[in-house]
Amino acid sequence: MTTKTIKVNYLARVEGEGGLRVVVRNGVVTKAELSIFEPPRFFEAFLRGRAFSEAPDITARICGICPVAYQMSAVHAMEDALGVRVTGALRALRRLLYCGEWIESHALHIYLLHAPDFLGYAGAIDMAREHRALVETGLGLKQAGNAILTLLGGREVHPINVRVGGFYRTPSRRELAPLAERLERAREAALATVRWAADLDFPERRHDYHFVALRHAAEYPFNEGRIVSSRGFDLSPAEFEDSFEEDHVERSTALHAHLKADGSSYLVGPLARYSLNFDRLSPLAQAAAREAGLGATCANPFQSIVVRAVEVLYACDEALRIIAAYEEPDHPSIPLTPRAGIGHAATEAPRGLLYHRYRLTEDGAIAEARIVPPTSQNQASIEADLKNFVGGWLDLPEEELRHRCEQTVRNYDPCISCSTHFLHLELDRG
Amino acid sequence: MTRQRPRLAVWKFASCDGCQLSLLDCEDELLAVAGAVEIAYFPEATRGAVRGVYDVSLVEGSITTPHDAARILDVRRRSRQLITIGACATAGGIQALRNLADVREYTAIVYARPDYIQTLATSTPIAEHVSVDFELRGCPINKRQLLEVLAALLAHRRPVTPAHSVCMECKARGNVCVMVAQGTPCLGPVTHAGCGAICPAYARGCYGCFGPMEMPNAPSLSEHLAALGMDRATLARFWRSFNAHAAPFREEAHRHDD
Repeated sequence: MTTKTIKVNYLARVEGEGGLRVVVRNGVVTKAELSIFEPPRFFEAFLRGRAFSEAPDITARICGICPVAYQMSAVHAMEDALGVRVTGALRALRRLLYCGEWIESHALHIYLLHAPDFLGYAGAIDMAREHRALVETGLGLKQAGNAILTLLGGREVHPINVRVGGFYRTPSRRELAPLAERLERAREAALATVRWAADLDFPERRHDYHFVALRHAAEYPFNEGRIVSSRGFDLSPAEFEDSFEEDHVERSTALHAHLKADGSSYLVGPLARYSLNFDRLSPLAQAAAREAGLGATCANPFQSIVVRAVEVLYACDEALRIIAAYEEPDHPSIPLTPRAGIGHAATEAPRGLLYHRYRLTEDGAIAEARIVPPTSQNQASIEADLKNFVGGWLDLPEEELRHRCEQTVRNYDPCISCSTHFLHLELDRG
Repeated sequence: MTRQRPRLAVWKFASCDGCQLSLLDCEDELLAVAGAVEIAYFPEATRGAVRGVYDVSLVEGSITTPHDAARILDVRRRSRQLITIGACATAGGIQALRNLADVREYTAIVYARPDYIQTLATSTPIAEHVSVDFELRGCPINKRQLLEVLAALLAHRRPVTPAHSVCMECKARGNVCVMVAQGTPCLGPVTHAGCGAICPAYARGCYGCFGPMEMPNAPSLSEHLAALGMDRATLARFWRSFNAHAAPFREEAHRHDD
């Protein structure tokens, strides 16, 4: 019997710490395991006893790459518990803030983390020696996202201006004007990014994913919507835990999510969002996606780089629409009265659905917190991809095989800091 | 004369990755930095193995596992200069809230199989484990201050990161004092400068994410906060967030425990 083990001990260009082990027996991949050894930080434990108002600042610290996602899921869950809804200009500003995070996070992944895989470099710094203009385009796009976060949030990482009920301070129309000029340039760069990404060399690999994402009546989803899936789910965020659950496996400090009904895996993130919401993209983003050769759905995880580029284009377009329509609100936040209750929310982090649930006591203190980040939901799909794809690559030289495995994981832009609530590759050929 | 570029490594312990992201957030300067220093080990940004000795190591994150307690010793041995970046590395971070609790109980709340989890009872800053050459504050760090640290390194000088309070930056920015004018609780008077007083500029009180300034008068600020109507439990919580394990904040919080 010939057996082989591929092992990557510390996966690079992912946010956090993890490793990967693939076992091959007689030319067949028998096992693919993702281990997450990001040290546990126990957010759900120390949130107990904190005030409801502290959740957005505290949960932001779960992830420095997508703090806005944590803040947004936290504020919406708290507002659900307190029985209030934020509407109008404040709601629009929250979407604008989320646009900033999508642009920043996706541009970081597309240009600095993912592109080197396609162009054959160890990282963006090496890539910049021969592709300086490309890296500069990426950095400029990233900076446009950060400009939204800085203006509206106060700073790029862990914004300080988000609160349950709205914001501490809202911008004037005049303050937003220079941002619009910058976003118009970013929208051009985003369109160029879609065209550039479309011409990359993608392995022809597809998988029949069970896509799960939010869907809203009129908008491409950020903060609100029903949880829908490619196999017919249609749930309110409050019903999330009825259909999905997390398991704890020995090799990981991150929990593994799957369907409660049959234990099967599902996929959240750009591919799922795009495939379930193509019709909600702006006309410009739809046209760019079509021109890039994408259909109304996309099941090739290597093409996630194109889908992310389409989402960056959409986020620039949407941010410009919000700024053009913006009317300064009378108050930066709505009044809140603490009460006992349970609140749920799911929002679309750049990496996919992020679920929060809180139980509050009468005085508004957190009695229980539950957070399900996108990467823990995608772990099973990452392992399935490895199991499905590695078989076709076993004849490649060891280094290239290892690289393909890493790339398969990086397709997901896995955020390991979040999922420990990512990578060593070990290929066991026996 | 050609000089070899200093070799830089970026290490991660228990953290959110936000401080190392601050280096990638220097969009205008990143390629210049990469030209001036050799970014020799930075797994979040590039593939490449740990090899040899580094002129400077930037360390993010706190020590929370037996494995990491051993790993930081190795990082120290490989580093001519070791600089901690951010509240986790410098003060234990938000995860140091476990230091006040029973970590077994915490593990049971989050994990179905606590027996799979290897963790220490505490989250501690790097300086409690190895000698540290310079500490950069903030949750997250300010990227301008990070660039100052790198520029100082290249010029063989000490970084200029003033240890006075956020109040100084707040006055310089021309903010109206949120505590005096609106009665909003604010940790600015005792918090280390570096953020640029962004919270008061956005009409909210400072929540101390840069940790204690040099020689803070925390008890006096507690009196003011109590006079604004903050009860003891809220006061204890106010001192206990992203720098809960930093001694002046830790002790002040403790004074308000019942």
